[in-house]
Amino acid sequence: MIFQIVFFTLLGLGIIFAIVRIIAGPTVFDRVVSLDMLNIIITGLLAVIAALKGSALYLDIALVYAVLAFLETIVFARFMEERK
Amino acid sequence: MNVISYVLIIIGSVFYAAGGLGLMRMPDLYTRAQAGTKATTLGTMLTLGGVIAARPEWTLKILLIMLFIVATNPVGSTTLLRAAYRSGVQPKEVSGVDDLAAYYKKEDGE
Repeated sequence: MIFQIVFFTLLGLGIIFAIVRIIAGPTVFDRVVSLDMLNIIITGLLAVIAALKGSALYLDIALVYAVLAFLETIVFARFMEERK
Repeated sequence: MNVISYVLIIIGSVFYAAGGLGLMRMPDLYTRAQAGTKATTLGTMLTLGGVIAARPEWTLKILLIMLFIVATNPVGSTTLLRAAYRSGVQPKEVSGVDDLAAYYKKEDGE
């Protein structure tokens, strides 16, 4: 129980910082960088939820989420590079 | 869940919080992206290692996720920052180093 409180507090701190940077970022690239970090944090969170619940189904979700997060970052980067 | 997995996962989440703090406090886009990407990559490695220590029967699948994140996270960050540099986002003077300036000036001149 203490483990879960500490873990979710630290992870929520990271997520809150990333969301604040998404809202306050001066350029659009700051927002995409913090969105990328948010996706990585959520991948780790899904793996820990899989371990806590004892269900390997969440690992598949984490893998697909990591793939989609990478594609999202690349697509954003190419799109922003075009409209110079 | 055993003690090793608890310790690894807690250390990984400390790196998540540190990465978020770096994302908040760093002065410009490039240092911010470095803090966000490097710290969270290491944090994810430690967290997934803790999950392996908790459930050894899932080792193969978690190694796949680890490999994917190690391979793609720096690539995504580099592509994004190169797009930012080519779109004209300049690093602040605090950083002190701008090695790409000469390269892109030469490219524009051609």
